[in-house]
Amino acid sequence: MMTTRWIEVSVGAFVVAAGLAFLVLALKVSGLDYNTDEKSTYTVYAHFNNVGGLKPRAKVTMAGVTIGRVASIEIDSKWYDAKVTLKIDNSMKGKLSEDTSAMILTSGLLGENYIGLIVGAEENMIQDGGEIKDTQPALVLEDLIGKFLSSMGKE
Amino acid sequence: MVAQLQQIGKRVLDIVAGLGRSAQLLIAALLGISYVLKNFRLLVKQVYVTGVLSIAIISVSGLFIGMVLGLQGYSILVDFGAEDALGQMVALTLLRELSPVVAALLFAGRAGSALTAEIGLMKATEQLASMEMIGVDPVKRVIAPRLYAGIISLPLLCIIFSVIGVWGGMLVGVEWLGVFDGSYWGNMQASVNFGHDVLNGVVKSIVFAIVVTWIAVFQGYDLVPTSEGISRATTKTVVHGSLAVLGLDFVLTALMFGDF
Repeated sequence: MMTTRWIEVSVGAFVVAAGLAFLVLALKVSGLDYNTDEKSTYTVYAHFNNVGGLKPRAKVTMAGVTIGRVASIEIDSKWYDAKVTLKIDNSMKGKLSEDTSAMILTSGLLGENYIGLIVGAEENMIQDGGEIKDTQPALVLEDLIGKFLSSMGKE
Repeated sequence: MVAQLQQIGKRVLDIVAGLGRSAQLLIAALLGISYVLKNFRLLVKQVYVTGVLSIAIISVSGLFIGMVLGLQGYSILVDFGAEDALGQMVALTLLRELSPVVAALLFAGRAGSALTAEIGLMKATEQLASMEMIGVDPVKRVIAPRLYAGIISLPLLCIIFSVIGVWGGMLVGVEWLGVFDGSYWGNMQASVNFGHDVLNGVVKSIVFAIVVTWIAVFQGYDLVPTSEGISRATTKTVVHGSLAVLGLDFVLTALMFGDF
């Protein structure tokens, strides 16, 4: 016969094990990160003619290294282009020159879209809330095929 | 002809009346929470019976399902050169669908059937009737602790299932097939959203826990108190419980992940 004590201890251990498992799900599996809050990032805006398949939470990279995330994408009704809000790590604060260029890239053939930054040569640096002016829109497959067909037609 | 129509009408009325009795039982048992909290020992005992004793089957099936996901996912993804996405595939499949559903199915078979048989035998041996005789409400004393224990146990089991499954996927994918472990965890963390995937999975398993335990205690409480009645009710618990879980899973998935 099981003693009451043993039952209590094992139920306690069960609850603790499930709690630990929940912690693993939160931190290790979903990567819930306390470092990406407002304090450790700063905001930069970029306008793109076409964002293609870019989604919020997509990564922002420089030289292939992730340095931030896309916070939001919205339409700018003044110029009818896409206004993308980037959250860049504070470690890069004041290190992106004003002529930094942003491109929308695709990881692999079928992968997700992300933003690649290439630093420029300007002396002045982008501040919090600043804007990246040199942007290249996403490659849209239909446009490419259209260009290809029309160039084929000319020959 | 008239007799047949009467038969059909009687069956329909029986089903509706059964639903009514089960809803009454659910509400009465849920309202018994103050009694359960006062007699906390009863709840702990039931969490032991339904939860702790189910850990073994949950862990073993979680491990093997994770390993199968790792193996199958790898063999498909490697054709596209995308085996780095294995972690994200394993984690999302487990968190969103497999762990709530499989844990609930196993729970219905392992703990639900035991609950039905236990309550049914109590009824058959007139323990429930004698409790009423001495002024103890069997719904509060017997049903409520079991219902709450099920609602507590299954979500915890589901979380354990997910973690062991992810670990099993890593065992096959990383240790055996040679996926880079940085990309296994990195892709997983980049694509799994805590609120959207983890919490929705837990919400799913809470809903399944309520439904499965409810069916189990109702079938036990409402059965015909004979040996045949007990065996029928136990079968019904597993069949109805599993069907309810699978049907509800579609509805919940459509609600949670259907907005494209």
